[in-house]
Amino acid sequence: MEHKNINLTLKVWRQQSTVSKGEFVSYQVKEISQEMSFLEMFDVLNEQLILEDKEPIAFDHDCREGICGMCSMYIDGKPHGPWQANTTCQLHMRAFNDGDTITVEPWRAQAFPVLKDLVVDRTSFDRIIQAGGYVSVNTGNAVDGNSLPINKNDADASFAAAMCIGCGACVAACKNSSAMLFLSAKVSHLALLPQGDPERQSRVVNMVAQMDKEGFGACTNTGACEATCPKEISLSNIARLNQEYLLASFTASN
Amino acid sequence: MLDAKIPAGSLDNKWTDYKGHCKLVNPANKRKLEVIVVGTGLAGASAAATLGELGYKVKAFCFQDSPRRAHSIAAQGGINAAKNYQNDGDSVFRLFYDTIKGGDYRAREANVHRLSEVSGNIIDQCVAQGVPFAREYGGLLSNRSFGGTQVQRTFYAAGQTGQQLLIGAYQGLERQISLGNVTMYSRHEMLDIVMVDGKAQGIIARDLITGKLERHFGHAVLLCTGGYGNVFYLSTNAMGSNVTAAWKAHVKGAAFANPCFTQIHPTCIPVSGDHQSKLTLMSESLRNDGRIWVPLKQGDNRKPTDIPEEERDYYLERRYPAFGNLVPRDVASRAAKERCDAGYGVGTSKQAVYLDYSAAIERYGKIEVSKKGLSNVSKEEIIVLGKEVVKEKYGNLFDMYQKITGENPYEIPMRIYPAVHYTMGGLWVDYELQTTLKGVYALGEANFSDHGANRLGASALMQGLADGYFVIPYTIGNYLADEIYSKSISTDHPAFVETEKAVSDRISTLKSINGKQSVESFHKRLGKIMWDKCGMARNAQGLTEAISEIQALKKEFWSDVKIPGGINEMNPELDKANRVADFIELGELMCKDALNRQESCGGHFREEYQTPEGEALRDDANFMYVAAWDYEGNSNWNLQKEPLIYDVIKPSQRNYK
Repeated sequence: MEHKNINLTLKVWRQQSTVSKGEFVSYQVKEISQEMSFLEMFDVLNEQLILEDKEPIAFDHDCREGICGMCSMYIDGKPHGPWQANTTCQLHMRAFNDGDTITVEPWRAQAFPVLKDLVVDRTSFDRIIQAGGYVSVNTGNAVDGNSLPINKNDADASFAAAMCIGCGACVAACKNSSAMLFLSAKVSHLALLPQGDPERQSRVVNMVAQMDKEGFGACTNTGACEATCPKEISLSNIARLNQEYLLASFTASN
Repeated sequence: MLDAKIPAGSLDNKWTDYKGHCKLVNPANKRKLEVIVVGTGLAGASAAATLGELGYKVKAFCFQDSPRRAHSIAAQGGINAAKNYQNDGDSVFRLFYDTIKGGDYRAREANVHRLSEVSGNIIDQCVAQGVPFAREYGGLLSNRSFGGTQVQRTFYAAGQTGQQLLIGAYQGLERQISLGNVTMYSRHEMLDIVMVDGKAQGIIARDLITGKLERHFGHAVLLCTGGYGNVFYLSTNAMGSNVTAAWKAHVKGAAFANPCFTQIHPTCIPVSGDHQSKLTLMSESLRNDGRIWVPLKQGDNRKPTDIPEEERDYYLERRYPAFGNLVPRDVASRAAKERCDAGYGVGTSKQAVYLDYSAAIERYGKIEVSKKGLSNVSKEEIIVLGKEVVKEKYGNLFDMYQKITGENPYEIPMRIYPAVHYTMGGLWVDYELQTTLKGVYALGEANFSDHGANRLGASALMQGLADGYFVIPYTIGNYLADEIYSKSISTDHPAFVETEKAVSDRISTLKSINGKQSVESFHKRLGKIMWDKCGMARNAQGLTEAISEIQALKKEFWSDVKIPGGINEMNPELDKANRVADFIELGELMCKDALNRQESCGGHFREEYQTPEGEALRDDANFMYVAAWDYEGNSNWNLQKEPLIYDVIKPSQRNYK
C-alpha cells in the first residue's frame, strides 16, 4: 500500500473543566504518515505539546480497535469523522490530504457535559441502562442453554442491535441530542429474545423516562444517528421502540 | 510457605466437596460486609454483580468512564465450554486435559478441573441474561473450533464475543447498582491497598476527574484488573490496561507468580511504523478457514496472488499435519518467527506471513452452489458466492483489517505477525483465589492459576466469568464468615491516613521531577527492551542485559520524566506516569523470572533449551513449579516455589504433529 506523509492544521476545542469557558486553538502537525490512525496523530501532537511545555489535549480512548466505545471526537462536523461505520480510533490518516485543516470538537449535548477538552461525561447512558436495560436473572442454576431454541433470524436481529458500543455518536449527530438510537438498540436487543420478554413493558417505560430525565432531546426521525453510527444500528430499532412503548403505555399496569 | 489449599479427595470431587463444606454467611450478615471490586471486565463485573445479588455491600471501581468499556470487550473469537453439543467427543475431562496440555503442564490441576466443570454453567447463565450467541437455523447454539483442540466447543457471537459477554455482565452489574447493592466508581484508579493487622481493609483510589485521593473501606478487596501485556508498550491490550493495582498488592506483600509467561498471539496486523500505538488482533477464529503460508523462496517479492500454489510453503500444515493451522498460539507464533528470521517473511518489513482466504472462499462458494442447486456456474460466480459466506462469518474482522492497512483481504491475503496478547502470569492465588495478602483476591487474567505457560484460545473469557460468577461467590464466603466479628474500620484510622500519604507523596515526587522526557518515550523504550530480550525468544545473555538496562531506565525515569498539568485535576499524563513507573519494575521482575526458568515451556522459549526440531524443551525434573516472587524492596525479590503435582495427567512432550 502506497502512503506518504502529510502536514495538517488542527483546530481543537480546549476547555479546562466543565465550568470553564472553552475555545478553539490551532495547531500545526507535520510529517504525519497516512498509515497512522487519527488518535496516533493526536499522540504525535501531544508529544509535541509536552516538549513545548504546553498541556497536552485530553481525549478519551482505550481499546483503539473500534469496540470499547470510549473514543469520541467530533471531526469536521461529523462524529468519528468522515468514514462510514467507523470509530475515531479506526479512522486513518489516508482519509485526509496534505494541507487540510481539521476541526475537532467534543460531543455536544446537554446530557454529555464536557469534563476537559475533548472528554465528556457519558454516565447518563449507564443510568439509562440502570433503569431497565437488563434481564433480571441472578447468577445460579440457569437452565441448559439449548433448552430454549431461538429462531435464527430473531437471534441475528437481536445481535445486530446488541452491537451498540455506547459511544454516544448518535446523540452527538442528532440536532435534538436525542438518545433514541442508543435506547432503542437495547430495547430491541432484549425484546427480540424470549429471555427479555417478561420485563419488556416495564423496561421500555422506565428507560424512556430515564432518558427524558437525563435531558436528552426528542426524536424527529431525521436519521442522522443511523448515518453516523459506527456499528450501523438501524433506525428500524427506533420504530420497534415506539411500538414497544405504545403497547406498554396502553397495557402496562405500572 | 505457600499453601495452595487444594481440597483433598479425587479430582472430580474436589470442587463439589469444597462447596459442600465451605463456610456460609447468613443474609443478615452479608448486608454488613463490604467488598471492594477493582476492575469491571468479565471477572470484575461478574463478581460485583453476583456478590451484589447475594447481598454483600459492593463498591466497584474502574478507570474507564463506564464499566462497559473494560478490555474484555475486545475479545473476538469465543468462549469455550464442555457442553458437547456437537457430539464430537467433548467432556469436562477433555477440556481440562486440553487446557493443561495447552499450558505445557505448568498449571494447577485442581483449578483447571474446576474451571472445566463450571464452563457449561457459564453458557447457561449468559443465555439466560440474553447474550445473543450465534445460532444455527434450528435455533440451537452454534460452535466453532479453536487452536489446540480437536473438538468444536467454542461458543461465539460473530467476532464480538467479548463484547456480548461483557455487556451481559455489565447489565447485571447496572441492575445491582440500581438496586443499591453496588456503588460504582468509574474514572477511579486504585493506587494502594490499606492493611490493618495483616489484613486488607480497604484501598486508596484516585478520582481521575478531580485528581483527589479517596479512602474506601472494605472487608475484602478483589483485584480483577486484567493482564500486564502493555509492559511491552505494543500489544493488543487497550491503551489504559495496566499492572498498577496488581503491582501495589505485590509491593504490599502479594507474591507475583510466573511473571515471564506471556502469550504472543500469532495473528495480529503487523507494525506499520514508529508511530504505532497499539497492535490489533485478527481473531484466532480466522485460522478455522484461513491458510497460513510464506513463499517457498527466500526474499520472494512477487505479489502474493502471483505466487503459484506449488511455490508456497504452508508451513503449519507441513510441520503439524494433525492440527495444521490450528496448533496452539505459542507454537504458531514461533513457527512464524522462525520463517521470518530465516528470510521468508513478506511485506515491506519482511516481518509478516500470509493468512489466505482464497481457498476458503472457493470452498464456501462451491457449497453455496450445491445448496442452491445451481449449474454451469463460472469460477468467478463461485468466488462471489464464497465471499458472501466469508463476509457473514468474518465480515467485521475483514473490515477492520482493511481500515487499518488499506488493503482488501477478500482479494489479497492478509499479512499477519505475532504480537503480545495476554499474560498467563499474575498474582499468585490459592484454590480460593486469595493472594498471599490476607483479604486480597485476584480474579481473571490478573491471577496466574489456570493457563500454565500458554493459554488456549477462547479460554480467557471462560476463566474470567468462571472466577466471577461461580468461584468467588463461594470462596469469599469462606473468608468473610469470620469477618462478621470485625467491625468496619473508620477511614480516619492511622493505616488509611498513612497509606494515603504515601500515595500522595509518590505523586508529588513524580510531578516534581520536572525533567525533559515524556512518559510515553520511557514506555516505548521499556517496550523495546522487553520485546527484544524478553519476547518470543529469550536467552541468558539478553535477559541479563535487559535487567541492567531496565534498572538504568528506572533511574532515568525517576530523574528526568516530564509530567505536564497539575495534580488536583484531570491529568492523563500523570495517570500514565504512575502506570509506567510500575511497568518498569515489573519488567525487571519478568526478566528475572525468565532468567531463572532454565527451560522452555509454552510461551516461554529459552533458545538454549529446545528440541532438535526447534520445539520447546521442558525440564520437568527441575522446573515443574510455580515461581512465586515476594517483593523485598528495590530490585530485590525472593523466590518461593509451589511444586506442581500431577495426579491425573501424565506430563509428556506436547505433540501436535
